[in-house]
Amino acid sequence: MRKYQLGEFEEIVMLTIAVLHKKAYGVAIKNEIQTRLSRKVSMGAMHSALVRLENKGFIQSTEGDSSEDRMGRPKKYYEVTAFGSKAIAHAKETRDSLWRSIPTVALKLKTR
Amino acid sequence: MTANEKMPPRIFLRFFRWYCHPKLVNSIEGDLLEEYQVHRRTVGKMQADARFVMDVILLFRPGIIRPPQPSHKVNPIIMYKSYFTIAWRNLLRNGGYSFINIGGLAIGLTIVILNALWIWDEVSYNKYHENYERIAQVAETGYLEGKRFLRTSQTYSLGTELIENYHTHFKRVARTSWIVVPTIAAGEKKANTVGLYVDSSMPGMFTFEMIEGTRSALSKPQSIILSSSFAKSLFGYDDPVNKTVRINNTVDATVTGVYNDLPLNTKFSNIKFFGSWDLFLLQNPWIEKRALHDLRNHFIQIYLELHEANTFSEATSALAPALKFDPADADEAKKIQKRLALYPMRDWHLYPYARGELDRGPIVMVTLVGAIGLFILLLACINFMNLSTARSEKRRREVGIRKTIGSVRSQLIGQFFSESFLIVLFALIMALALTSLCLPAFNDLAGKDIALPWTSTAFWIACLTVTIVTSLLAGSYPALYLSSFNPITALKGNHRTGRLATLPRKVLVVVQFSISVILINCTAVIYQQIQFAKNRPVGYDRDGLLMIEKRTSDFYDKYDVLRAELKNSGVVEEVSESMGMVTEAMSGNNGWDWQGHDPNLEANFVTLAVSHTHGKTVNWDLLAGRDFSIDNPGDSSGIIINEAAAKFMGLENPIGERLTWKWWVDGRVLDYKILGVIKNPVMDSPYDSDQPAVFYLKGFNGTPNWIHIRIVPNVHIADALPLIENVFKKVIPSAPFDYKFADDEYARMFAYEERTGKLATVFTVLAIFISCLGLFGLASFVAEQRTKEIGIRKVLGATVMNVWRMLSKDFIILVLIACALSVPLAYYLMSQWLQNYSYRVDLSLWTFSLTCVVAILITICTVSFQAIKAGVANPVRSLRYD
Repeated sequence: MRKYQLGEFEEIVMLTIAVLHKKAYGVAIKNEIQTRLSRKVSMGAMHSALVRLENKGFIQSTEGDSSEDRMGRPKKYYEVTAFGSKAIAHAKETRDSLWRSIPTVALKLKTR
Repeated sequence: MTANEKMPPRIFLRFFRWYCHPKLVNSIEGDLLEEYQVHRRTVGKMQADARFVMDVILLFRPGIIRPPQPSHKVNPIIMYKSYFTIAWRNLLRNGGYSFINIGGLAIGLTIVILNALWIWDEVSYNKYHENYERIAQVAETGYLEGKRFLRTSQTYSLGTELIENYHTHFKRVARTSWIVVPTIAAGEKKANTVGLYVDSSMPGMFTFEMIEGTRSALSKPQSIILSSSFAKSLFGYDDPVNKTVRINNTVDATVTGVYNDLPLNTKFSNIKFFGSWDLFLLQNPWIEKRALHDLRNHFIQIYLELHEANTFSEATSALAPALKFDPADADEAKKIQKRLALYPMRDWHLYPYARGELDRGPIVMVTLVGAIGLFILLLACINFMNLSTARSEKRRREVGIRKTIGSVRSQLIGQFFSESFLIVLFALIMALALTSLCLPAFNDLAGKDIALPWTSTAFWIACLTVTIVTSLLAGSYPALYLSSFNPITALKGNHRTGRLATLPRKVLVVVQFSISVILINCTAVIYQQIQFAKNRPVGYDRDGLLMIEKRTSDFYDKYDVLRAELKNSGVVEEVSESMGMVTEAMSGNNGWDWQGHDPNLEANFVTLAVSHTHGKTVNWDLLAGRDFSIDNPGDSSGIIINEAAAKFMGLENPIGERLTWKWWVDGRVLDYKILGVIKNPVMDSPYDSDQPAVFYLKGFNGTPNWIHIRIVPNVHIADALPLIENVFKKVIPSAPFDYKFADDEYARMFAYEERTGKLATVFTVLAIFISCLGLFGLASFVAEQRTKEIGIRKVLGATVMNVWRMLSKDFIILVLIACALSVPLAYYLMSQWLQNYSYRVDLSLWTFSLTCVVAILITICTVSFQAIKAGVANPVRSLRYD
């Protein structure tokens, strides 16, 4: 379904926002991805993903408090919208159905 | 750690702020800073800086970069609208000041527009001719006493030479005769008309607009083309083509074409007909008899149109060998480096040569008119600046509040500029209305035929440019000054206006009055000079003196009858013949010799052949000796000289002295005896010094072409004219009765100076008016500002006189300074101007002192109105506030 167009990195960002629940702002999201997935995330890549997601209506933002490190600049907190949660759910479902349809031999997964 | 040390590299932060979308900038910047601080703590400043820079660069991507337009819709139109609303309300609230501002500027702009139109007309002279860039007149040039001379009269043989042997170097050639004023008759109708005889290429080369016939209309033998106005006056509504006209009652010509009158700003605008070349030769048989190969007789003009590819200098060098000299003149020609030159059409009007010498008059006039226009505009701008800054106190609070609310300086500057733009726009509209009202009077004054080019885009662009430049010029000082107020002091209200605050205003007033005083002085001196020349003793009586030119051969042999009949009419006292009008030095000759003549002294006298009765007719002033007498046959070798000639010859007692004249044509020597000495008659420009002149009886050299008629003194001219005309009709019916008055002719010699004088007066009056407007505004402002002070002074016992003196003093001091500055400058300028005249008035300091007194009186009058108004005001009213 075209409606739930979602890229891989976007999906990760959305999931991280969901994980961080209510505490998801730029630096926090970035750090979370970096620690959980052990992959480098640039500020540019992340923020452009956030902009895209917000434009698609999957997430929404509110300006919140600040801290000393931020020198008074507000944090922008993100949360997943209802539409967004449908989108990740849809993504998960399509993948699951794909997984289910794979004949076991085809992948020869090593089982531990 | 201070806040500053914690900051990442500023330039990148600024770069980020510049490109980032305004909606995102705060939060992302926060993220960046947070990370930066964390990095500082963990990996050190260097690494933190490097990562920050990296992040900023990686953030530079679509989605984060701001869109080209601001995302939130700001409508600046509303802001501008508010500027104009505020400006409009300010104008209405201060009606008086607005009137002074707009009125002053409108007058200034009117002058600028008129001057610009005049300059445009001067500069576009002759541009009517499409080949403007490629037409030149053939001239002779060289150096006489170190000065370049240029003469355009050419020999007939040069024309022939160019046509026969040099025709490859130019596209077309047109020879013209001297300007002729023959009587042209079509049936019963006849008129004396200015015309030229030309080659048939003339209409094509000068791109005449033909109404009838073609541009080759003159190629038929004995053909003539008429200007449409002349054709109408001669033929009415009949078709003139193929009709025959009779020239001077001697030659017939066929009308082969009619052209649109050439516009006033072309060289040949006064020419009403062009006749074919053969008509010229027919009427002047002497040309074919003896002038065809004469290398000394210069009497034609030659015009060339060059090929597109050729420049004037290329053509000049190619044509140079065509100019040949008579063996007798060859040495002289070599000495003065005489050679052929091309005198391009674009120089004809602005760089004319009079009697061979460059006349700087026109180009100086163009510069002068431009300068005066700019100066008057400057005066108006100064008014604007002064009034705006003076009234700045009132706007002080407005500026303070605007700044507090958040206006930045550039916005305030914009606001004040838009205000001045509005005022200048109003002024421009008024100025255009004024210009179209004044244009007829201006045309009259300037002798032009200028129309406002409403439909020309260039004109509107120029108007717009002037508006913008003026509003920038006039608005700059107020805009920069008013916007510089510190909002806190502005709102507190106790501003300090020290000496320095009013200094620029004072300087501007001084500049304004200096310009005005200079203009007053110049006008005064110009009028003094004109008056001085007008009061010059003329040496003859020009009232009731009629002059008639013998244009047709019908006059010959009829003079005696005419004279007898005229005297019989009872209104004519005396009649005489002479070679030229009494008001002109018709001819000059050298070759004079007398006892004790220093051979190195070149004797060039004005020479005039007259009849016996000439002295009695023009009523010249005999100082010594006697006049010609008809009863004395020996007088045919008598001569009468003027004072200047006597002085020139150095003769103590000239009466009875002998004078010889070697005639240059055939070397004949004529013997004369001096009969009398007359007071110097003004025979040429009344500004020139007296030239030595001699008068001898007709019979040799020169036909007496003019008849002078002295009307009986107590007879009214209007009564005498019909009687004289009747005599003419009876004696010479074929000639039109076309006469001139000596006093009119004499007055014409003042025309140029009088025009300059009138223009100077207009400019001066306007300059003073504008300056006074400004002063009036300033004075009223000062009076208003000091209302309370004046009230307190009056309560304490000051009289109206005291208050008046207090308020006027400041301005009078400024005007005094202006006088002190401008008098030396005006003195210098006017002594330069007077160098143009050899008969000139002495500059007296009286004039200059008087103009200063006038300037001060004007100032006092202007200021007094306000000062006295403030002085007589009831102090109770002025102190009741607060």
